[in-house]
Amino acid sequence: MGDKFTSDASTRDSAAADSANREGPANPSVNSQTLLNAEKLSKQFGGVKAVQHVSLDVTCGSITGLIGPNGAGKTTLFNLLCNFLTPNEGTVSFDGEWIHTCHPHEIAQLGMVRTFQVARVLSKLSVLDNMLLAAQHPSGENFWNVWLQPIRVHREERQLRDRAIAILESIGLSHMAHEYAGALSGGQRKLLEMARALMVQPKLVLLDEPAAGVNPTLIQQMCAYIRTWNERGTTFLIIEHNMDVVMSLCDRVWVLAEGKNLAVGPPQEIQTNPEVLDVYLGINTNQADD
Amino acid sequence: MEGYIVSLLIFASIFALFSLGLNLQWGLTGLINFGHVAFMAIGSYMVVILTLPGYLKAIPIQLLDEFEWMQNNEWISASLQSLESVLPQHIPLVVAVLIGAFTAAGLGVIAGIATLRLRTDYLAIVTVGLSEILRSVALNEEWLTRGTFGIQRFPLPLSDLNPSFIIRIGMIAILTIVVGLALWRQWQWARRTIRAASTAALWNSSGRLVIYLASLFALVVGLGWMSQRLQTSTELSNGVIGAFLIVAIALLIGGYRWLWLHWLSSAPALGEGTALLSSVFVTGGSIVLYGYAASALYHYNRNPTKTGLMWISVLLVALIFWALQRLARSPWGRVLKAIREDEMVTTALGKNVFWYKLQSLMLGGAIAAIAGALHAWQLTTVYPDNFRPIETFNAWSIVVLGGAGSNVGTLLGAVIFWAYQTVTRFVLDDVIPLNDAQLGAFRVMLIGLLLMGLMIWRPQGILGKKEELTLGR
Repeated sequence: MGDKFTSDASTRDSAAADSANREGPANPSVNSQTLLNAEKLSKQFGGVKAVQHVSLDVTCGSITGLIGPNGAGKTTLFNLLCNFLTPNEGTVSFDGEWIHTCHPHEIAQLGMVRTFQVARVLSKLSVLDNMLLAAQHPSGENFWNVWLQPIRVHREERQLRDRAIAILESIGLSHMAHEYAGALSGGQRKLLEMARALMVQPKLVLLDEPAAGVNPTLIQQMCAYIRTWNERGTTFLIIEHNMDVVMSLCDRVWVLAEGKNLAVGPPQEIQTNPEVLDVYLGINTNQADD
Repeated sequence: MEGYIVSLLIFASIFALFSLGLNLQWGLTGLINFGHVAFMAIGSYMVVILTLPGYLKAIPIQLLDEFEWMQNNEWISASLQSLESVLPQHIPLVVAVLIGAFTAAGLGVIAGIATLRLRTDYLAIVTVGLSEILRSVALNEEWLTRGTFGIQRFPLPLSDLNPSFIIRIGMIAILTIVVGLALWRQWQWARRTIRAASTAALWNSSGRLVIYLASLFALVVGLGWMSQRLQTSTELSNGVIGAFLIVAIALLIGGYRWLWLHWLSSAPALGEGTALLSSVFVTGGSIVLYGYAASALYHYNRNPTKTGLMWISVLLVALIFWALQRLARSPWGRVLKAIREDEMVTTALGKNVFWYKLQSLMLGGAIAAIAGALHAWQLTTVYPDNFRPIETFNAWSIVVLGGAGSNVGTLLGAVIFWAYQTVTRFVLDDVIPLNDAQLGAFRVMLIGLLLMGLMIWRPQGILGKKEELTLGR
């Protein structure tokens, strides 16, 4: 990736520093333990207050859960964190930089990548192309490099291909590499989307309901993959309704209800928290497996 | 005939280039550009204004004549007069084409910044408006474009070249290399495609295809001949003949649809047979066209301007086609295809979607501007009326016909489109009893019918990938 990557990184640093200055007093908490930190995020859609003063932090190297009843604002919060929606108020810092002023694609380049609630694979590209697309700053994505540095582009492409195939192999999709992604089943799409997020080589992956609509066996596999990748150093923030998944994977769980913070703590504690039982588990125990 | 083939080649090349630009924007990136002709107009006018000796220099003075308030303003009139003394008499053709291309790219930036942040539908509306605005400007700002009078007698490329025998052979050799490479790639593709099928199956399916297509062709021609006879030798009114024609055409379509379903589509290895047959057809056609082109080049002085222009346009198409193919297969092209499908995912994966869309719009526009320069040279005049929206929709027809996203398909579409235009212009009035104005309308109607049939039975176009249409999210 060489010079382009570093120069990009440095301009980004200075841009982040600028925005930090503009924001005035608050400096992103440069606590090495906190990877993502959101302070008092709010978002209104007309009269609907989807998210109100929600704070959230994700510890480096953890698997953090985010639960709450339907309509609690979890997905909206994801969109705010990635700046797919601009928050009405509040700040977000990631890895020591303010990101609530960044464009969504810049946030992905910083190493925070999201998946979608309904898996969105690029169905008319091959599975392999889906993976290759996720690589950050390949020189071949620059128009002039295609012409001026064809050998470098070709070499990088080969390396990326190897990496993509390796990831696909680890999730058992390598036999589908040259098929259209649209030919995959629903569960395979979820896997591909996760694998694609990992191809970014992110620091933090935001998974929006990875186990929704996936059969129990595949859920087990998915949990195993998430654990493996986590051990290799990727941090996860997971929205999930399947409490088995949340309880077995997460180190810490944030609970949202009606757009507000309700509770936070280790899963065992959350499971016994009377407030949580009331708004979430108490009402929805029968549907927890959805 | 030779002169005719030469001009067919030039027109097909111009529209191939023009449509390749659109295919980059729509086929690859998914940008709906309904004002593609604006980029062509920019290219045409830029080249003509910059290369016609003395024209550029006269513009500041004409501007002063046109607007009284400019004369009255000391500073403006002084600076315009000094501009007049600075401006060159004319600019070399190649430089002018490049300037035209860059200006068109700039127009792409303007249209893009205004609309690309919105949904793509808005781009469609804004581009239509843009092309019409540009045409009105060309129509009304006579100091710049001479309005409806148009601009004529501008220099043409290679027109005063008087090539020696060696140079002519060299030109033919370069053309030969290009055609040879293209045919070689074509046969590589055909061999890969037909490898799986047995010889017997290939004979069977391609034989059935030949019978199917040849009989269809014969019936269409026979029908036309018959209606002609009916008109001249009987007392039947045109209305009756027309009704007869419509019924006959409907029967023909129905019958051949039935044949397709019950006889042809069950042929073994039909895909391979089609590939073989079309390869033979394309190769034969290319060799015939190549023969005429080479002969025209050999007798260069018979028609120096057109022959030189043909050589340039064919080479330009080959070059730009190659470049676009390469781009489409590069990581850069991969990002464009991803944007075509889902901008949100592409953004989530760290790509600056807006910038890529802008690049696509600029590059497609620049290619259209080059086509515009060739267009001006081919017509040897530039009028605002050359750039009506119909040109945009011709390009759309070509891209849809050939298959969205496929550069080869776009080339094929351009050749078919122009072959259709020329063949129908000369053949139709011999077979169909209509007057010239009616025939003109009939030809357009037929194109519409063909496109409708295509959308129903082969929505991906001739060479498009079916999966790219049928696979949902």
